[in-house]
Amino acid sequence: MYPSRFAYEAPRTLDEAIGLLHDGAGEAKVLAGGQSLVPLMKLRFANPELLVDINNLPGLDRLETLADGTIRVGALVRHRDLERAGDVHRIQPVVGAAAPLIADPIVRTRGTLVGSLCHADPQGDWAAVVTALRGYVVAQGPGGRREIPIGDFVTGPFQNVLAHDEVAVEAVLPGPRHTVAGGFLKLERRVGDFATAGTAVAIELDGDRVTRAGIALTGVGSRTVDATGAAEALVGRALTSEAIAAAADAAAEAAQPTADHRGSAAYKKHVIHTFVTRILTRVSTTSEQAA
Amino acid sequence: MTTTTPMGHGRMLRKEDRRFVRGRGRYVDDLQLPGMLHLAVLRSPVAHARIVSIDTLAAEAHPKVKAVVTGAMLAERGLAWMPTLSGDRQAVLATDKVRFQGQEVAFVVAEDRYSARDALELIDVEYDLLEPVVDVRRALDPDAALIRDDVPGKTDNHCFDWETGDAAAAEAVFARAEVVVRQELVFPRVHPAPMETCGAVADYDRIEEKLTLWSTTQAPHAHRTLLSMFAGIPEHRIRVVSPDIGGGFGNKVPVYPGYVHAIVGSIMTGRPVKWTEDRTENLVASGFARDYVMQGEIAATREGRILAVRSHVLADHGAFNGTAAPRKFPGGFFGVFTGSYDIEAAYCSMTAVHTNKAPGGVAYACSFRIAEAVYLVERLVDMLAAELDRDPVSLRMQNFIRPDQFPYTSRTGWVYDSGDYPRAMELALQIAGYDELRAEQAERRARGAGEPLMGIGVSFFTEAVGAGPRKDMDMLGLGMADGCELRVHPTGSAVVRISVQTQGQGHETTFAQLIAEELGLHPDDVDVVHGDTDSTPYGLGTYGSRSTPVSGAAAVLAARRVRDKAQLIAAGMLEVAPDDLEWSTAQGGGRFDVRGVPGSGVTIQEVAMRAHGAGDLPDGVEGGLDAQISYNPDNLTYPFGAYICVVDIDPGTAVVTVRRFIAVDDCGTRINEMIVEGQIHGGLTDGIGMALMEFIGFDEHGNCLGGSLMDYLIPTALEVPDWETGTTVTPAPDHPIGAKGVGESATVGSPPAVVNAVIDALAPYGVRHADMPLTPSRVWEAMQGRAAPPF
Ligand SMILES: Cc1cc2nc3c(=O)[nH]c(=O)nc-3n(C[C@H](O)[C@H](O)[C@H](O)COP(=O)(O)OP(=O)(O)OC[C@H]3O[C@@H](n4cnc5c(N)ncnc54)[C@H](O)[C@@H]3O)c2cc1C
Repeated sequence: MYPSRFAYEAPRTLDEAIGLLHDGAGEAKVLAGGQSLVPLMKLRFANPELLVDINNLPGLDRLETLADGTIRVGALVRHRDLERAGDVHRIQPVVGAAAPLIADPIVRTRGTLVGSLCHADPQGDWAAVVTALRGYVVAQGPGGRREIPIGDFVTGPFQNVLAHDEVAVEAVLPGPRHTVAGGFLKLERRVGDFATAGTAVAIELDGDRVTRAGIALTGVGSRTVDATGAAEALVGRALTSEAIAAAADAAAEAAQPTADHRGSAAYKKHVIHTFVTRILTRVSTTSEQAA
Repeated sequence: MTTTTPMGHGRMLRKEDRRFVRGRGRYVDDLQLPGMLHLAVLRSPVAHARIVSIDTLAAEAHPKVKAVVTGAMLAERGLAWMPTLSGDRQAVLATDKVRFQGQEVAFVVAEDRYSARDALELIDVEYDLLEPVVDVRRALDPDAALIRDDVPGKTDNHCFDWETGDAAAAEAVFARAEVVVRQELVFPRVHPAPMETCGAVADYDRIEEKLTLWSTTQAPHAHRTLLSMFAGIPEHRIRVVSPDIGGGFGNKVPVYPGYVHAIVGSIMTGRPVKWTEDRTENLVASGFARDYVMQGEIAATREGRILAVRSHVLADHGAFNGTAAPRKFPGGFFGVFTGSYDIEAAYCSMTAVHTNKAPGGVAYACSFRIAEAVYLVERLVDMLAAELDRDPVSLRMQNFIRPDQFPYTSRTGWVYDSGDYPRAMELALQIAGYDELRAEQAERRARGAGEPLMGIGVSFFTEAVGAGPRKDMDMLGLGMADGCELRVHPTGSAVVRISVQTQGQGHETTFAQLIAEELGLHPDDVDVVHGDTDSTPYGLGTYGSRSTPVSGAAAVLAARRVRDKAQLIAAGMLEVAPDDLEWSTAQGGGRFDVRGVPGSGVTIQEVAMRAHGAGDLPDGVEGGLDAQISYNPDNLTYPFGAYICVVDIDPGTAVVTVRRFIAVDDCGTRINEMIVEGQIHGGLTDGIGMALMEFIGFDEHGNCLGGSLMDYLIPTALEVPDWETGTTVTPAPDHPIGAKGVGESATVGSPPAVVNAVIDALAPYGVRHADMPLTPSRVWEAMQGRAAPPF
């Protein structure tokens, strides 16, 4: 497992980084945490001619929570930072639920949320979380900045919409308007495993009424599955067992798993059903207790 | 012999850990020699294809490349094929065809590892794809593609047939039995996956005409002989050194093509050449384990008396038969499939076939196929219990070989040396709190929906380890004896040279303790030398739990010879007859005293100085204090154990959690109990891995699906419970200190305990059986009443 020859640059400014990517004309790649890119290079599945290491760029390690509850995750915010960010978890519990389930402590110390979104692994966890929260990515290139909704950002397995000279500088999770609840469940065959199936659920409640809902699935399609239908059916209703069952059915329906060594398609759908049921049931019992 | 005092300082910390815990171990890949070159192997991307052409011109033109070698070039030197440990042959580099994905096709020697791999990409191979044989059940179909057309006259994929036991006797019992249970049991292909992959550094000295090979081998002496016979280099001009080894588990028993590549590369370039496999190469192309499809049958009376066990095994040996097994035992020691039970008849027939998969078949704590045998019988006994509505413990107790029946000759001819099975089982029940567990299970089942599905699984195993007696066992004509040389220095410290090689088993400690115990020395005063064929006596190496049974016995007997000689010298020093002396190690120091007069005599150190020093020695006694021995065991040793596993299954996801695991092991006399427990902990982890997650699978094209540790799952500390271990001691009658092997006990005993527990948990769903690995998906499919999916 030895990569082919490549050049390496560690620019000090974002403009410099963008310039290097621009000159690289598609043969250059951004290096963030390196936890997806470096293994691919060692397997020679990825053979970039130039690595543009963004780890020295100032400001990208910022994890901010704004007054309105908006969360801004800079491109160098590590999984571990998110695992430990109590203030973020209080605003969006789904983030706190997902972070510790990603990989192992060694990978979490280096890998980044934004890198995970860029990598667009159909089994990645963060894309599901960001999808459930209706987040977006902020990208900067020679022509300036743009905001890209997560649903448009990932275009296919291991594919994103960025131009070759664009850097994703942050991911933004919009602030909630009502009481937030949610969770993340993931089926691993062993600790540190990628998801056989995973479910992110983010809910906002006004009293016992759901005002906003996002459900996204990982591991059960060629990209993150946005189970909009399942989520939307909850809006305007209380989390009754019928509503929960309907959402779980719809989410399992939305999943498009294929059979592989992790499990049969029917099994993966079943797990999605179980997870949606479990997360929503927990939300409904905790909000009942709170009431 | 039963000892109550701990042997040779008992639970002392491992001597070798002083360097290992500081990161100062010296592994093959740590070796840096002046001028050393690096070798990389081009491997087949496909499972079965004819090689049309290989173009190496571009690779040869790479500025850092020193040599590019193909099968055709080796064929000119008669080196394209090499013998396997089973008397088959294996391609060193493919000449005509590739026969499994990952097979060696060419190699490059270059100035650094990166350039070597860059050059691989410059080699252009044209393949003409052939139909791969992937499904073992289809390997003998008339229309299956012929894999081994290199063997003259071969027309099918048949590898060998083998049988044991008495077919007619078994048939008679089955014909009249009141109860017969049948089940197909698959023990899937798994991989030993040692942390250190395989590798070698070859250094051929053209002036001295001497080859030094540092390699990751569990059997340095056997490798030296095989390399000499195959490569034509005189054996005294080959030195094989096996330095620190990062885990073997049988994976490092075979001679791999890569070792030969490194040797050829060094001879061609005149420089040392290093080859180190990467993780994928190790998982995809090196020795696997298991891969048996077993049709099992058990016959019993309605009262639960087991009468007979019968099986037919379809064994997948991959493209070449690379199994390491004594010659007369092509199915390894599968013959112990009658288990721990006193039965009337047994019969097994085995058909081994070739498929387009990697060769091997030794390994995973190789156990010579006992893991498969124990799994077969322990699943069948559990299924019989379910059929008869009996508790699996009481059914086993009813059928155990009784303590007074030892030595016991099994229906397949194995002579079990000693055992007290009910005692081990009772201890396991007691540690587990078996009755309370069953009560808890009943309660949970009564509560019904939503509760975790609780299962309790029992297994009882008997192993046959310590191969093996000369009369029965050899590998490629080499007897399975082991040597030991012991030298006591003038000041009373000692060096012991052994023929086996440690890969983590703690030999540097255990063997020092054995010598220390016999000579009344401190283990720190005994140095253990191993792994270098130039400085150790001949022997067949470490696998099959044979080090303590064979080499350990050699060490003890060498020490006793030294002690006998010391007694003669001491008698001379004290001017008494040798018989008037009494040996003691009371204060931790060995000494001879005149019988009945404590303190009157001399210490072992004083004797050592006299042996080397001035002053007369008794008539006929030579100077020096050393001994040499080659030990040929009379019989194998038969360790056994009782295991109980408790699992909880999440009914919503079918995820299995091992809540508790109780392991009572009897490996006879224990030397360092801490090391024994370490072997057991590791083996239990292996067993849980095989039962729940480890699996080398293939797609329909023969692509290996287990090529990384993200795909080939090995359990971590988080997947296993705190082990609850227990000990009984039934000494081995044929071993000088009563020790039996233990390296593979837990690997062998634990998979059926876990599977039995899972099936027990699923009883409310009417599940009779499900095959390993019991991944969540496969468990869920079983709960739906469906056979597990093909993956
Ligand atoms: C053993 C192991 C287990 C893992 N398990 C999981 C798991 O359970 N769940 C999970 O979700 N992930 C898992 N991962 C992946 C891990 O989360 C990675 O950290 C993550 O996918 C990528 O983030 P990174 O910062 O390491 O990106 P890198 O590896 O540096 O980059 C990944 C890709 O994104 C591009 N990229 C990165 N940052 C930017 C940017 N700012 N702008 C533009 N392009 C960019 C790179 O060019 C590259 O193509 C695992 C990884 C390993 C090694």
